[in-house]
Amino acid sequence: MSDNAVASASTSASEHDALAELTAPVPEVGDGGPEMVQLLTPEGQRVESTEYDHYVQDLTDDDLRGFYRDLVLIRRVDAEATALQRQGELGIWASLLGQEAAQVGSGRALRPQDYAFPTYREHGVAWCRGVNPLNLLGLFRGVNHGGWDPNEKNFHLYTIVIGAQTLHATGYAMGIQRDGDVGTGDKDRDAAVIAYFGDGASAQGDVNEAFVYAAVNNAPVVFFCQNNQWAISEPNERQTRIPLYQRARGFGFPGVRVDGNDVLAVYAVTQQALNAARSGNGPTFIEAYTYRMGAHTTSDDPTKYRVSAEVEVWKHRDPIERLKSYLVHQKKADQDFFDALDKEADELAATVREGCLSMPDPTGESMFDHVYVEPHPLVEQERREFVDYHAGFATEGEH
Amino acid sequence: MSTMTIAKGINNGLRVAMEKDSRVVLMGEDIGKLGGVFRVTDGLQKDFGEDRVIDTPLAEAGIVGTAIGMALRGYRPVVEIQFDGFIYPAFDHIVSQVAKMRARSLGKVKLPMVIRIPVGGGIGAVEHHSESNEAYFAHTAGLKVVCCSNAEDAYWMIQQAIETDDPVLFYEPKRRYWDKAEVDETAAPRELFKAQVCREGTDATLVAYGPMVKTCLQAAEAAAGEGKNLEVIDLRSLSPLDMDVIAASVEKTGRMVVVHEASTFLGLGAEVAAEVQQRCFYHLEAPVLRVGGYNLPYPPSKLEEEFLPDLDRVLDAVDRSLAY
Repeated sequence: MSDNAVASASTSASEHDALAELTAPVPEVGDGGPEMVQLLTPEGQRVESTEYDHYVQDLTDDDLRGFYRDLVLIRRVDAEATALQRQGELGIWASLLGQEAAQVGSGRALRPQDYAFPTYREHGVAWCRGVNPLNLLGLFRGVNHGGWDPNEKNFHLYTIVIGAQTLHATGYAMGIQRDGDVGTGDKDRDAAVIAYFGDGASAQGDVNEAFVYAAVNNAPVVFFCQNNQWAISEPNERQTRIPLYQRARGFGFPGVRVDGNDVLAVYAVTQQALNAARSGNGPTFIEAYTYRMGAHTTSDDPTKYRVSAEVEVWKHRDPIERLKSYLVHQKKADQDFFDALDKEADELAATVREGCLSMPDPTGESMFDHVYVEPHPLVEQERREFVDYHAGFATEGEH
Repeated sequence: MSTMTIAKGINNGLRVAMEKDSRVVLMGEDIGKLGGVFRVTDGLQKDFGEDRVIDTPLAEAGIVGTAIGMALRGYRPVVEIQFDGFIYPAFDHIVSQVAKMRARSLGKVKLPMVIRIPVGGGIGAVEHHSESNEAYFAHTAGLKVVCCSNAEDAYWMIQQAIETDDPVLFYEPKRRYWDKAEVDETAAPRELFKAQVCREGTDATLVAYGPMVKTCLQAAEAAAGEGKNLEVIDLRSLSPLDMDVIAASVEKTGRMVVVHEASTFLGLGAEVAAEVQQRCFYHLEAPVLRVGGYNLPYPPSKLEEEFLPDLDRVLDAVDRSLAY
């Protein structure tokens, strides 16, 4: 099947009813093509790969169950967050549904000294880095703009301006080079950066500039693009004429397409890219071919621009189901494991819910904190005015 | 004491900062072998190496965006934007990222970076090389904005800006780059974010910064010949704005004219005037007047002398102020 070939819905909005949906032609849905690296088929069959097998051959059954656990838990957190938004507890939520393997596979390939620069949808990477999901919910609840310490888990703050973080990641990688933390051969020292972005961001000037800067500096950065097929309502064809991974060649570094719903393949490909970066061989572009199963955010309505038949095709490529099939058929996990995990997921969801509901609102005066490191007279003047203004109401109430 | 130009003052200041702190790195277009189009970084790559004086690709968003990453890693990048009119591709990174990172992280991240921008007209350049865009950045919370007007300040202010843990936009008056002055490298420098009374007077206050400070000093000199005693204040810092020094002066003189190359509409002069009428209402003998660039796109260079404030337009405003 051809790349990125998604037939546009031929129906107008007014005709877009149930009947039209039933009679709409089944869209041609891209399958990633023969170049795509895959180690697990959608049915959970292990595919051999001379190039990538050795990156996964040392994974123990515990490791594999660990991947599965990550996938299930972050999907559960994501579902809970979507529910919390529907109940008015979050202002908005950007769901990662369908992209769990791309995020967990790459997130688990990172070493502690590596650094990740996310967009606003990398909940699965945050999970792998050990960032408390409540930090993420705080942003979407509107109590802060992120607020976690990026250096605690080497996981930068969510960046909402599309693609901007790719340049920050590249600069950070240039800093790693200057620190001499590349190519020493010490696996606890050599570090790399991973920059997440999406197919939509691939059109941004920032992303293309990041490619140039990374290339000419040979910076230890991995550009990890989750091609989830849709930039809100715009399909791949509105962003690119060629498969995204092929762009890397023009910038002078390798590009590889990986099945983004195959956690093993993502893990392997990301390992390879990170190793190259850490050892001084410069950047790699990874295109994780995946699908955004849900809406862009809870404010979006994908029924206006894509047909459900396309979603159905991708349901069969689910990242969790395929790993489960593999674990079951290879007898690497038993029913007790799955039952215990379901219970753990429910408990985690309950904790997240409770934590969200009990999150204190910030005080008004706190918005004057942290604008600058060093004092700024205008900020301090307005803080005093703000406090006095509100104190005036309190005094009024006493009379 | 040494005699040096503003350009050399900055160059020497950069050198001192780089010697003091190995985390200081310079980034920009043509700043290496060439030493920058204004030679402000002349010789620094030779002495500090290509890892610390980085010739960047020609992409300003990339320069500032990667400088952010360097700062996140613990470096203190000093970015050169080649000309004022080339800052706009980096505008998003400056306004959306540099200015907001501290607040976004609830104080856990700092971005100690300096963005150097040659500013203003008067050099007969083609379009986009003569702009005064400081108000955009002074308007943005999270940034600090300073502008030097003489070699001594150039030497010290660049060092102080680099030592500041907040991001600083450092404007350099490009038509004054070659103006010389005595610099005492051993004296204690003035505070970075303070205004400076550079000529005392009693009849009216001229407030300026960057290239217009010299113009105002010349105007004050000319006015003295006519028996008018003008005070001249160099703002030096545009954000924060040192209103105490300005208010003290206006309380003494009762009259103020604000002068800058930038268009007057919503320029720094508007802010200064608004603050002065609040703080000094009962001391004012005349409305605060502004002299600036007209509210137009910067004109072709054959017209820039008529566009830019000069000694005569400053004195005309002083006369109008004194006539109240």
